[in-house]
Amino acid sequence: MAKGKNYSQFLVGRDDGRCVKCQACVRVCSNEVHSYDGKTDSIRSDSSKCVGCHFCEEICPTEAISIERNKSQLRKNANWTQDAVYNIVRQAKSGGMLLTGMGSDKNFKNYFDRIVLNASQVTNPSMDPLREPMELKTFIGSKPERVAVDRPGKLMKQLEIATPIMFSAMSFGSISLNACKSLAKAAADFGTFWNTGEGGLHRDLERYSSNAIVQVASGRFGVNSEYLEKAAAVEIKIGQGAKPGIGGHLPGEKVSAEISRTRMIPEGTDAISPAPHHDIYSIEDLKQLVFALKEATLYKKPVGVKISAVNNVAPIASGIVRAGADFVVIDGIRGGTGAAPLVTRDNVGIPIELAVAVVDERLRQEGIRHKASVIAAGGFRSSADVIKAVALGADAVYIGTAALVSLGCHLCQKCYTGKCNWGIATQDEALTKRLNPETGARQAYNLLRAWSMEIKELLGGMGINAIESLRGNRDNLRGIDLDENELKILGIKHAGQ
Amino acid sequence: MKNEYLPKTAPAPPPVADRDFRISSACGVTGIMNRSGGLFSGGDIFESICNMKERGNGLGSGFAAYGIYPDFGNQWCFHVMYDTEKSLAETEEYLKKKFELIHCEPIPTKNVKNIGYRPLLRRYFMNINKRAQREFYRNISDEDYVIRCVMEINSTIRNACVFSSGKNMGIFKGVGEPDDIGEFYRIKEYKAYIWTAHNRFPTNTAGWWGGAHPFGLLDWSVAHNGEISSYGINRRYLENFGYKCSFYTDTEVIAYLFDLLVRKHGIPLERVGNILAAPFWSSIERIEDRKEKELLKKLRIVYASALINGPFAIIVANANCMFGLNDRVKLRPLVCAEKKDFLYIASEEAAIRQVCKKPDRVWMPPGGEPTIGRVKNKKSNRNRPHYG
Repeated sequence: MAKGKNYSQFLVGRDDGRCVKCQACVRVCSNEVHSYDGKTDSIRSDSSKCVGCHFCEEICPTEAISIERNKSQLRKNANWTQDAVYNIVRQAKSGGMLLTGMGSDKNFKNYFDRIVLNASQVTNPSMDPLREPMELKTFIGSKPERVAVDRPGKLMKQLEIATPIMFSAMSFGSISLNACKSLAKAAADFGTFWNTGEGGLHRDLERYSSNAIVQVASGRFGVNSEYLEKAAAVEIKIGQGAKPGIGGHLPGEKVSAEISRTRMIPEGTDAISPAPHHDIYSIEDLKQLVFALKEATLYKKPVGVKISAVNNVAPIASGIVRAGADFVVIDGIRGGTGAAPLVTRDNVGIPIELAVAVVDERLRQEGIRHKASVIAAGGFRSSADVIKAVALGADAVYIGTAALVSLGCHLCQKCYTGKCNWGIATQDEALTKRLNPETGARQAYNLLRAWSMEIKELLGGMGINAIESLRGNRDNLRGIDLDENELKILGIKHAGQ
Repeated sequence: MKNEYLPKTAPAPPPVADRDFRISSACGVTGIMNRSGGLFSGGDIFESICNMKERGNGLGSGFAAYGIYPDFGNQWCFHVMYDTEKSLAETEEYLKKKFELIHCEPIPTKNVKNIGYRPLLRRYFMNINKRAQREFYRNISDEDYVIRCVMEINSTIRNACVFSSGKNMGIFKGVGEPDDIGEFYRIKEYKAYIWTAHNRFPTNTAGWWGGAHPFGLLDWSVAHNGEISSYGINRRYLENFGYKCSFYTDTEVIAYLFDLLVRKHGIPLERVGNILAAPFWSSIERIEDRKEKELLKKLRIVYASALINGPFAIIVANANCMFGLNDRVKLRPLVCAEKKDFLYIASEEAAIRQVCKKPDRVWMPPGGEPTIGRVKNKKSNRNRPHYG
């Protein structure tokens, strides 16, 4: 039997006329693609090791490197795609599950791309956000049905956000401390929130804790009373869009001294989050945890629940609201992850567009929409996706992948290897120091700023000067290339109607 | 100027009118009230709205009048329009089940040259059938019961439309120029202490009589100029509270919002502007009085979905008051004036000056700031409800 060579997804091209053999690429690549041969004074690149992160290409001072997709193709086959074949090859060798990172790259129908927005023409004036006030301020939390004007009383604690965008849960462990710092600082500077994930609250991040939503997940890592006290809100994590129904696993080699301290586990041990919470086997158990956390935080902080978007997402969300949650996070099938089985990431769950539409509608039908805010997550690529989710009924959205891209991520999907050249999904000090938290914070802040400006521009075009007038306002959406059932689920009309 | 596109004699009612989809329209609005409660004829409001014919295109006008049915002051009065005989029979059968009919008659009208088609128009003075009231709900207020009945007729009986459902008040409206509609309904022969009127410029051509304004529910009436960009969420918000928006008009949504906020949630009228045309966050931040600041913030957070966005100028009335309000950045005109006991609110000053040559005071209320006139003399209004 012929010895199978490693299939290269990418080809590392090098323009020898440009290359000055500075060996920067040799030094930076964590995957050891490049090597220098002193005898011949030449640099060789082993394409089979390349993950396509484009780091060397970006830092090459003479622009000598170009990473291209390998043109070598198997015979075209609509059923047996190249990925399908090579996945089998990999599994035949390893005998293991295939792992992956980030959100699903499968070509699921993207409903955001089939929804268009309205604008004002003649009968009402559009507004210019440069000249008119345009409000994006949003409040996350439970609201009463009515206000008794003559009786003073305080609302339950709300998270006040300057824009309907927050950073979704990414733990210290799944990403580097510098990446956490970047996001935390950007969130605090902009007036929105970041999420600790299940990684605990590192002491360097405590100064951003008033903008932190802390997670209580099935492993309970890092959860203690101080952690809850410092946070702005608490989020119970039941599921994640990239891997509904399964837990998490941070391998022992990544559990450094810092992570061990933050997660409150011994150094070098695996951090395993079980698939379910072992104290939540039903909705009534969830209610107990919600109220345990409310008791622990003296009813001063919103307590929310995050679930992945699955078949029965609407009734589940309704149950969560009835169990006392102040906000519900729905994470769609395109949601990202640091590590997940490929088969789960690409096959389990439903798209966020449909999920958020049915959840919002169900909560309204039951008259409990005011009791909890709805946060949508899972694959938001642009401000247009955000505004469409808001119009479908979300109070705010969580962005994870987009935030990481602002820090440098090029979506190579190898987060689980811990070798992230961009210093994001790694704990290797040589790599993490590549991400300067000040620079990262500025870039993440800029992303929030840019998207917020775009949202204002779109709002103004619709003749709306406050985001709450668009929230759930599906009249401003139209579908293109969607069938009747899809339109019904989304609660929108087809373009032209 | 008559609208030449309007058929002089239409053979049948328009089958797909704006009842089934939402269309935008611009308009003229005007309102006159006597704050001491004295009755005055419809002549003034007729003159006032006719002076703003330019603001309409002959596809809808109407009037609302308070205090016109003193003989039936305690009875619920429904004005109903029917486009077919069948819907009339169906509706009357329904009303007989749900109410005790005290008096029923055609709404008196006059033949007017320019009004070709007109639906069957009836008015009913009724008491609630108490047994029917408790059929589904043990405790349902009279008002909520009446709303349920109105919504049921309007959403289930095709070609029937209850367009006025208060006590001692009535709405008169239809497709036509304001002078024609006013003549048609013999507006000048009624005496009321509050009058409002509306003149419509819809952007579609199929005019439906029920789509004209003012819009009424219980004794609320709304005359509205504008287009609401937040309609989609306002409607969905109201649906949570059982309001069925069966007309697809912005005005309907405003009427229900008033009913919800003022009657059901007990929000004082002075505060309604803080919800419907809420101040900007930056303005709230600048308020020094901590209590006031907290309250405004709270109202905005809780009633976020009731914020009306986009341009509007509205005149809302009920048995006790007349209320004028602009959107938060004043994108539509609204002028107020007063002379002794009389309060005037209109789209244009000209509409006021037409009937009140020398007002004591004329002012333009800023965006989001309500102008409220209340009836002082309770005698003129025997059925003063507990709200407003």
